[in-house]
Parts: sequence; structure tokens; C-alpha cells
Amino acid sequence: MANNYYEQKDLADFPNIGEFAPQQGKTFFDYYASATSAGALTEREKALIALSVATVRHCPYCIDAYTTKCLSLGVSGDEMMEAIHVGAAMVAGDVLAHSTQMRKIVKKKEM
Amino acid sequence: MAETNDRFLNQLKASKLSPFTAKSLDILQVNVGKRCNLSCRHCHIDGGPHRTETMSRDVLEQCLAIAQNPAISVVDITGGAPEMNPGLPRFIAELAKLDKRLIVRTNLVILLEDEYESFIDVYSDNNVEIVASLPDFRAAKTDKQRGAGVYNKEIEVLKLLNERGYGHSGSKRILDLVHNPVGAFLPGPQKALEAEFKKSLFSEHGILFNRLFCITNNPSGRYLQYLLQTDNYEEYMQSLISAFNPSAAGNVMCRSTISIGWDGTLFDCDFNQALGLKVNHGAPQHIDNFDINALMHREIVVANHCYACTAGFGSSCQGEVG
Repeated sequence: MANNYYEQKDLADFPNIGEFAPQQGKTFFDYYASATSAGALTEREKALIALSVATVRHCPYCIDAYTTKCLSLGVSGDEMMEAIHVGAAMVAGDVLAHSTQMRKIVKKKEM
Repeated sequence: MAETNDRFLNQLKASKLSPFTAKSLDILQVNVGKRCNLSCRHCHIDGGPHRTETMSRDVLEQCLAIAQNPAISVVDITGGAPEMNPGLPRFIAELAKLDKRLIVRTNLVILLEDEYESFIDVYSDNNVEIVASLPDFRAAKTDKQRGAGVYNKEIEVLKLLNERGYGHSGSKRILDLVHNPVGAFLPGPQKALEAEFKKSLFSEHGILFNRLFCITNNPSGRYLQYLLQTDNYEEYMQSLISAFNPSAAGNVMCRSTISIGWDGTLFDCDFNQALGLKVNHGAPQHIDNFDINALMHREIVVANHCYACTAGFGSSCQGEVG
């Protein structure tokens, strides 16, 4: 029997994370609902942002939940992939931007 | 899911919705036959050209007599493809005289066939509300569910209906579309998807329509087979169960509807009809014994497929209910 750290069925346990420290759990869920529901941005736009973050953060639960949510909201596979490319480009840019530190040190220390 | 056969019933009890009874009988839903020119992958009644079940003229006459009852405010005709019942034009003409809300659920595509194109006149002459299935505003997705080339034909018919005044704001000729997800997931919010459909269909094809109804695919019939074959059944059921909404359950369509099968058998809804689950708990089970007073207070037959109508925003033949 497989015994993995990540189990797909555990996604259904997400609403129970307030089982311990319920006040903080409630505070989190109130904030979560407010942050992810339609406001100045549509629910669709927010779902794509969440999917992009989910892949960047390597969260299998969030990838599952937000891919399904995007499908429900009529988002196409191409649109989801474009959102993921934004995340990938941001990560690549983030890494490369840190090369500034390396280049500054190289220039300072090399004769 | 055999181990949880009573799960829905227990959920109703926990939500203080038991006994689960009808509240009225406003809607007479008539399934005039299982024959269809299409064989869609989501079809819960397994409709298609191979089916022969068609409502007889005698049963249509009985339905007509029941429709005259003042309690009935809506007659909702479905199938199969209703147009394939030869008694439909007369049935519609007689129902239209009753001055009630009259709905026909069509797949649109059939209205391009020589034998059935006259139904565009039948519908518009009688101001029949048209509820048309268009699963997605994108051709590839619609064709995946309903068959290759279906989308373009639907667009052609929608344009013809718009020319007849259907779908225009303020027109008496109502054209509503039905979205059901092309895959193993639940529909999103109806309002948001309606905006998406309207924007896309108008900008790409100049098409107008009135409302979008989001219908959750019911885990029965051909859609159940699809879920099982693609190993999506357990996850889909879990998503329906997790999204159970007591408010939606309180307003589901069966609480104000009676569904009549092609042979006059009475059901609580079209899904129960597909599963062969007749009305029960002492209510009359056939149109020959139709008793509106007994039926409008009947206890409704439920099973786990009912989770499809109570998930999230709820689902009915008129879209969200929650």
C-alpha cells in the first residue's frame, strides 16, 4: 500500500485545517475567501493567478484545486499554460536578477 | 458508490430537509421520447438514433389535459430530440392556446434537417421558449461532447433564430442556452459564464441570447460510463458531495415539477426517469392515475445522483437554484 507524504484525497481535508487553533483557522479562511473571490479582479483572473502561484510553489493540492476551478470557469488549457509561463518567466527573471550580486562581487574581487 | 447508497438521504436528514417533499406542482415536464439525431457523450438518457421510445398521441393528449390545470404554469418539453415525435406540432399548437409558459429543449442541429426545419416556424409562431444545449462557446469543446461539426451547425441555427427575433432583449421570443461542463468538473458561476458566452458569441458570430443555464452533469447514463472509463467517478462524486448546499437542496426543481416519461410513467425528474426510478411513497405512478393533489405533496425519490442538483450553486433545468 502506497504511503506518500502527498495524498490526493487529503485535498478534501483542507477545510479542516482549523481543527486545531480554530480562531486562527477561521481568520485564515475569511481572508482566503475574501482574497480569492471576485473584486476589482474577476474570479477568473484570480483563479489564473492562483494557478500560477500554485505551480511556482509546487503545491499539488493547489494545482489540482485551481486547475479544476479554471476549467469550471471556462478557462482553456492554452490560457492556463500562459499563466504558468508568466510564473515560470518570473522565477527565471528572479534567478537571473540575483546574478547582479554575483557580477558585483566578481567585478570587485577580480583584478 | 454502493457503500453510500443512502448517503444523500442521510445528508437531507442532517440538513433537516427530511421528509423531502414536493412544495407545489408548477412545472409539467414532458419527455416525448428518447430518439435523437445526436449521441452526446454526456447524455443521461442514452438518447440517440437507435432509440425507438416515442410518446404516443394518446399520452400526449393526456398531458394536454393535465396542462390545463390552473396549478400548472409551465410546460417543459424535452427528449431525446423532441422534434422526432410526430405529434409535437399539434401538441405545441394546443398548448400555446393555454397561454402558459411553454418551453422546448432542442439540440438545434436537428433544425437544419429537411424533415425538421419547419419547427423554426412552429416555435416562433407559438412563441415557444427555446432552451438550446450549447456546452461551450468554443467549437472544439462543443464538438468533443456532441460530435464533430455540431458547433458550426448550432451557430447556423442560432443565427436563424436571431433573425426570427429570438434572443433579442425585450422580445417575447426567448432563447436560452444550456452550458454543461465538457469533462469531469462542476460548472462555474452562471452569471460569470453567461457574460463569457455572450461576449464570445456576439463578437465572433453576432449571436444574441437571453440567459445561460449552467447544468451540472449528472452521474448517470452515458456520462456515468464516461466517468468510470476515465477513472474520474470517485473524484467527481467527492466533489459533488463536498459541495452539498442545503439552500440549493431546498430549492431543487423536483420540488415543483412532475416529469412524465414517453409511456406515461411519472417521475420526480428527468434524471430519475433515466434511472427508471418512478415516483413512490404512495403517489400515483402513471398518467392514467394522475392526481395532482396527491402529487403536489408527494415525497420525492432520492438517491446519490441527486448530489448533482445540490452541489454549489445548485442545478436544475433552469440552471442555478441556490
